[in-house]
Amino acid sequence: MQVSVDKDRCCGAGQCVMAAPDVFDQSEDDGLVLLRPGAVEQAARTDLELAAGLCPAGAITVREDPRTGSGDADGTVDA
Amino acid sequence: MTPAPSAVAGQELTLPAPRGACPFSPPPAYLDAHRAAPLTKMSLWDGEPCWLVTGHQQMRTILQDKRFSADARVPGFPFLSPGRRQLLTKAQPSFLRLDDPEHARLRRMLTGDFIVKRAEAQRPQLQKIVDEALDRMIAKGSPADLVRDFALPVPSRVICLLLGVPYADHEFFEGQTSMLVDLSTPPEQIKAAMGTLNGYLTELAERKRREPDDSLLSRLVARGELNEAECAAMGMVLLVAGHETTANMISFGTLALLRNPAQLARLRAEPQLIKGAVEELLRYLSVVHFGLPRAALEDVEIDGTLIRAGEGVLCMLSAANWDEQVFSGGAELDITRDARRHLAFGFGGHQCIGQPLARAELQIALGTLLRRLPDLRLAVPYEELEYRTDKAVYGVRSLPVTW
Ligand code: HEM
Ligand code: SF4
Repeated sequence: MQVSVDKDRCCGAGQCVMAAPDVFDQSEDDGLVLLRPGAVEQAARTDLELAAGLCPAGAITVREDPRTGSGDADGTVDA
Repeated sequence: MTPAPSAVAGQELTLPAPRGACPFSPPPAYLDAHRAAPLTKMSLWDGEPCWLVTGHQQMRTILQDKRFSADARVPGFPFLSPGRRQLLTKAQPSFLRLDDPEHARLRRMLTGDFIVKRAEAQRPQLQKIVDEALDRMIAKGSPADLVRDFALPVPSRVICLLLGVPYADHEFFEGQTSMLVDLSTPPEQIKAAMGTLNGYLTELAERKRREPDDSLLSRLVARGELNEAECAAMGMVLLVAGHETTANMISFGTLALLRNPAQLARLRAEPQLIKGAVEELLRYLSVVHFGLPRAALEDVEIDGTLIRAGEGVLCMLSAANWDEQVFSGGAELDITRDARRHLAFGFGGHQCIGQPLARAELQIALGTLLRRLPDLRLAVPYEELEYRTDKAVYGVRSLPVTW
């Protein structure tokens, strides 16, 4: 899975941190969303989708990873 | 002053609509309207056209759409009474009643203070506040009024911490703010209460400028980015937004549990269920009950329904939180359900900024109450309880309990 966050949209409500604390964090300065490095790969898809669904600002996008997408069993699609 | 009835598709509807036999249920008129359609056109007491939003999905869409304004000065913004028109249009608006970019500018001065991590770090302080409030209630002896003796003091002390004011001030600001959220307060009295509070907050901000402390308000003043009126508006929204909301969730939440003994027993046996139980109580009770108001800035089509520029919408959180398409069996309290999609804190860019703090307060307050008073029960017949139908935040007026 691929996750991207849009800080411009983020309103710091922290729903993502509640849904998937291992993946999302909030900056202590401005409260806006941060992705924990290397965490997305370990995360359960349902948690990521819940975070995106709960985010009130529509700031989280979850996509099928093009390299390991379901249509590609050996995960070796070139960019 | 009772708001005049309004017309909905031929039938009469008073807003807020009267509650039915069950005090926990959203007003039956909203559920009826929802059965017919997720959006219902009606007109308000002043003849303004307005849409009643009851569908969960439609409400998410509307509250996230920037073409719906939260600014009360925009044409078509819906008011539930003359007093609320006064309250919402005559003062310096807080960011609750502003749109982006001003809304985001002001909100982002606070978001760092309300992050989840910070609320978690505040737990020991919150636990102390809860324990002390409970100690005092127990020392006074049973029966006690859980509203006055526990539910109100807890968030009140938390707000005193945020604002850096002595707890002795609480009676003053609670008296003033309770007038502001009462639908029957006439415009003149609202104006007077706003003036008094503004004076208090302006003076307070001035004091923080001279003698900074480590409170949220002091840090806000120290940024030097807010003028005097903006500072007072910030103080006002912090004072009002987190007090009666949290207090009513504590007291009305306790009542909901007492009325659902199997759920209560389960929660007592498995205290680790408290997080999910609080989410379910937020969903089930939706204490912010007048409807989140917005006005359409342009014509917008929602699910094939055209909302015209200049028309108001009222998002009835209670109806969306009982929407069967999202919460099956939603009319039942079930503390083990996954209720996280509830809209009790709103949705979109204005979604409650204080929610991590509110969640921590509720989990600690309800968890501690149940643990320390294993025999907690009503001290009067359930039928005698009265409800806050006329207040912006719904709940039970008083809750006599014994233990
Ligand atoms: C259980 C308790 C609470 C409930 C049910 C609640 C509910 C809400 C709701 C529904 C909104 C959205 C209003 C709208 O979109 O028109 C909101 C906004 C807000 N809440 Fe809360 N709230 C609670 C506790 C708190 C606390 C503890 C604080 C802070 C100390 C707080 C501060 C705010 C502020 C500042 C806003 C305005 C956010 C904005 O407009 O961007 N709330 N709250
Ligand atoms: S849930 Fe959305 S708005 Fe809230 S902190 Fe996360 S990204 Fe930001």
